[in-house]
Amino acid sequence: MKKKKMSLMAKRSITGYIFIMPWLVGFIVFYLRSLIMTANFSLSEISVAVGGGYNTKFVGLQNYLFAFRAHGSFKQVLTTSVGNMLIDVPLITFFSLLMAMLLNKKFKGRTLVRAIFFLPVIMNSGAITAAIEMSRQMLAGGLSASSAEIASASSGVGMAYYVQMFGNLGIPRNILEYIVAAVERINDIISASGVQIIIFIAALQSIPGSMYEVAKIEGATAYETFWKVTFPMVMPHIITNVVYTVVDNFAESEIVEMAYDTAFNDINYGLSSAMSLVSTAIVCAILVLVCGFIQKRTFYYN
Amino acid sequence: MKKVLLSENDRKKIMSAIKNFLLSLFRFIVIVGISYVILSPIIGIVSSSFFSNADVYNPMVYLLPQAPTMERYRLAMTRLDYWRTLGKTMLYSLSLMAVQVVICSMVGYGFARYSFPLKKLLFGCVVVMIVIPTHTIMLPIYVTFAKFDPLGLCTLFTGSSKNLLSSPVPMYIMTALGCGLRSGLYIYIFNQFFRGLPKEIEEAAFVDGASTWYTYFRIMLVNAIPSVITVAIFSMVWQYNDTFYSKLFLIDQKIVISKRIASLQATISNLDKVLDPTISQLYVYAGIVLVILPILIVYVALQKYFIEGVERSGIVG
Repeated sequence: MKKKKMSLMAKRSITGYIFIMPWLVGFIVFYLRSLIMTANFSLSEISVAVGGGYNTKFVGLQNYLFAFRAHGSFKQVLTTSVGNMLIDVPLITFFSLLMAMLLNKKFKGRTLVRAIFFLPVIMNSGAITAAIEMSRQMLAGGLSASSAEIASASSGVGMAYYVQMFGNLGIPRNILEYIVAAVERINDIISASGVQIIIFIAALQSIPGSMYEVAKIEGATAYETFWKVTFPMVMPHIITNVVYTVVDNFAESEIVEMAYDTAFNDINYGLSSAMSLVSTAIVCAILVLVCGFIQKRTFYYN
Repeated sequence: MKKVLLSENDRKKIMSAIKNFLLSLFRFIVIVGISYVILSPIIGIVSSSFFSNADVYNPMVYLLPQAPTMERYRLAMTRLDYWRTLGKTMLYSLSLMAVQVVICSMVGYGFARYSFPLKKLLFGCVVVMIVIPTHTIMLPIYVTFAKFDPLGLCTLFTGSSKNLLSSPVPMYIMTALGCGLRSGLYIYIFNQFFRGLPKEIEEAAFVDGASTWYTYFRIMLVNAIPSVITVAIFSMVWQYNDTFYSKLFLIDQKIVISKRIASLQATISNLDKVLDPTISQLYVYAGIVLVILPILIVYVALQKYFIEGVERSGIVG
């Protein structure tokens, strides 16, 4: 009896391996190998060989020590990047959940609004972003932009005015600063949450309608329905979104840019590899911590 | 007595009507505000793409050009070789999308429903794959494809390793092996979706004698339509917009429209002698509108599916 069960288990695990096989091969060939090569680079000094290719010379931990001890701005950029990430991620996650719930209701022009919210995802391409930056400066009509800026500056109602007003009302400084930072970033937050909104909409739609019917029959209020039905059901996707937000934020952070510049402008591939590995390790650690925390509170069907 | 009851009922109705009204007003304000933030640069782009030379330097012109012209679109279309490039790009990104959906859903399903040794470690590898910035590993990948020689097979048959660069083949190989553009993320999304589906579906299929592959393709994948559409949309859009891999693999710009738009300004100022950067910028705006439009149309079209698909699937009732 026991033996038979074991063989079924073994069969299932083989099937599992068959399912993940394509990825496993790809991961080993492209990622694992590349990662080992990168780790190797980070421990050596790279020089371009005569007639193409490159030479590596083993130097031990020298690149890491240089990054942390001697490099002008590595530590500072690293901490700012991680700090920004910790501020942005909860904001983006909650904002996108809220937006997804708004967009999931039926109302006129929903298709249009969804298309608009999806625009930032489409616009997120290098060539297009650069052009948009230019356009933002030119929005006020050709070269008259500068005069329009002067006009708006003289009206006297700006961010600083509101900060002072709320400061006088006695709102704690820290909270105020967080809110101000959030409002100032509203553009970034909106353009960074297109993907998350879509994932949440898909998640909300995959909740069986019968659950809401039951809640309604049992007399649950909208508030209770949210916390007892909607929230637990989208919980797995909150993890997906947190992971995506962290990664997306990281991919566009200054530290990655710095590693890129070090590799291709300063032609110091060893140092760049060391920087990339350190920052990747930190992000992985954050992800493991956050996901472990959420995962414990997540409900799965099985 | 009866009258009082009625009026209470009425009051409740009025209260809920007010509540509904306030709610939709709130929603309206939020949506309009956010839409404005998203749209304002795009409005700028669209309106500038119609500006004539005179409008650009006229300080009185704000958003609405006085002498609108289609000239920008005409020239941008010629220089982008629009229809042909668009067709090729669509073919390229749609085929990659199809491969990606099949492979990533398979892998996600394997992780979600089967237990096997080292599963946790391997799934950790998926997360690592998402996290690693692609340019960390770009040099090794470049070298791999410049001297493509899987298990020494190429050397065995042709005597030398093959150079696969400057063709889309490397992209297809990477995508088919689950390592394409953001494949890790798609695997993750599929994994979460499959884990959320009730196990009863498969048990029922198993009891009815369906094979593993039949269960997967005909039952689970159909039930996962919301996630399939989500991933399909992302995959297509990102593939369409991607410039990183197309630069890395030196893929011809006749196949990748987003690569072509990056050089549009230079092409126009060199070939058509539009030397004023402010004016040649307008052609780029027109080009951007031309590049964005098809993908937006595809999204709006797919989105209907998105909603219908969900109502058909699932084990409601």
